[in-house]
Amino acid sequence: MSSYKRRTLIRRILLTVLAAVMALIFLMPILLTISNSFMTQDEITANYGVVFGTGESQGTDPTGRPRAETHYISQTVNLKFIPDMVSFQQYWTVLLNSPEYLLKFWNSVFLTVPIVVFQVLLASFAAYGFSRYRGRVREAIFFGYIILMLMPYQVTLVPNYLVARWTHLIDTRWSIILPGIFAPFSVFLLTKNMRRIPKSYIEAAELDGAGEWQIFTRVCLPMCKGALISVAMLVFIDYWNMVEQPLIMFSDAEKYPLSVFLSEINSGEVGVAFAVAVVYMIPTLLMFLWGEEYLEEGITYSGGIKG
Amino acid sequence: MTESYDRWRRRAARRRARREVGVSLAFLSPSLIGVLVFFVVPFFVVIYYSLINNPILHEFVGLDNFKALFRNSAFQLAAKNTAIFSAVSVPAAVILSLLLAVMLSGKLYGKSQFRTSMLTPLMVPVASVVLIWQVLFSYNGVLSEIILRMGGEKVDWMKSDFNRYVVILLFLWKNVGYNMILFLAALANVPRDIEEMAMLEGAGSARIFFSIKLRYLSPTILFVTILSLINSMKIFREVYLLTGKYPYEGLYLLQHFMNNTFESMDYQKLSAAAILMALVMVFVIWLLFVADDRLGKDVEGE
Repeated sequence: MSSYKRRTLIRRILLTVLAAVMALIFLMPILLTISNSFMTQDEITANYGVVFGTGESQGTDPTGRPRAETHYISQTVNLKFIPDMVSFQQYWTVLLNSPEYLLKFWNSVFLTVPIVVFQVLLASFAAYGFSRYRGRVREAIFFGYIILMLMPYQVTLVPNYLVARWTHLIDTRWSIILPGIFAPFSVFLLTKNMRRIPKSYIEAAELDGAGEWQIFTRVCLPMCKGALISVAMLVFIDYWNMVEQPLIMFSDAEKYPLSVFLSEINSGEVGVAFAVAVVYMIPTLLMFLWGEEYLEEGITYSGGIKG
Repeated sequence: MTESYDRWRRRAARRRARREVGVSLAFLSPSLIGVLVFFVVPFFVVIYYSLINNPILHEFVGLDNFKALFRNSAFQLAAKNTAIFSAVSVPAAVILSLLLAVMLSGKLYGKSQFRTSMLTPLMVPVASVVLIWQVLFSYNGVLSEIILRMGGEKVDWMKSDFNRYVVILLFLWKNVGYNMILFLAALANVPRDIEEMAMLEGAGSARIFFSIKLRYLSPTILFVTILSLINSMKIFREVYLLTGKYPYEGLYLLQHFMNNTFESMDYQKLSAAAILMALVMVFVIWLLFVADDRLGKDVEGE
């Protein structure tokens, strides 16, 4: 082997090792959460008792029953990848004994799913409206959508809140769902994608006598399939993660989605919290595993605000 | 003859334009009506609210609400903290994701697996990993323990000045993957021949990166910067999930301020704050556009 070849090989291996270390850092919090969810309550208490200060709440277990046994708490924190004993105890508690978590999980579902479905649907219409024919006024409106997209929640929540108050929708799911449906992000991304469709495809369909609706459903939507999937995923994770809106729109914690509720889990329930955390990431992780290619493609084409 | 033909043609063009506007409008209207109802129209009301003294008297007070806002110490603190957060986390997100993209665009094994693992955090709810963050960074947490064993002293990361960086770490963990994908795509679009030419003329890889690639990347850098700026305004999520409703002083953000103002239903303060932030965002983004125009002048217009 020539020295040049050997040098490039060594470089390649070093770069791979570096990338592997970085990748592991990115994955570690997820892996740790998953592996810790399989620990028994006792093991969690022993390992993390010092962190979450389970001192006082030791008297009861997550279901509220008093505990007779005494627990061993390690003096120092004990981060472990592999549980001493794999157990589904926490999951049983979540699924069978604590309806509260399930309720919050469904709250999240009922808030997120309608937003994703209708936002993507209306955005695909709007994207067609912005890309099929273009004019100066339409460009100006599209620019308005971009400006709106750049506005943080601190700005948009105020008008949203006012509308919700006028229409007496405060404290109902609609106060979050309705503004969510009209959020401009997916209009922006889908328009960018539809404008990439070659004109010749559309003209060919026109020559075959296709009407606007047919061009939309038979040409544009199929050609934007990847973008539609990736937009749906990005919108889903954004709202699955929501924190700002429920805090303002809901006065009563019953309606909170799991994303907000998870931060309020008290120290005695840390073990269950890990299991809930895993349950909460399952839908988005499954989506990711299934649609990763589409997601990457969609992100790639989202680049560039100009043009 | 030609005149009437011209007139006919013009009328046909007008008819076609009218039809096109009709089609666009039909497809746009569901979204447009919603945007007008939930964002644009109420925003004008917000502007109105910011200029009157209270919702009962409706007296025009000019910029008094804004002046009061500037004097408000809670607002000052929140604005300061938010600005610091953005000033640290946006450049960090841009640089880190660019470095990762450059690393993954080099010659190495398992590229796509690494790309996938770095993108995974994007699709994991932050709420799900805050427990791990607490295990790592609380007073008795893993990091303190490591420092203790190395002979240092325990630090309560979440209650000290370090809390900002703990939150930023969570922010970067989540957002860097998305940016990295954008940079990877942009790096793949840098014309190979220019790069090869430079190499033939003896330019080192650092020189190639700074003089050629960075230039071509400048529109993507702009986009990623704006994206990270928008995301950095959402850093409240991470802070809330880590610290709850009442954070330590360094973590009191504009969203906390807004939440408290919503609770006290002070519409004038709310409206003034919202408008001020909208103006600041527009200004910052305009500034970024200007900076980008300067930077990428010679490669864009081709």
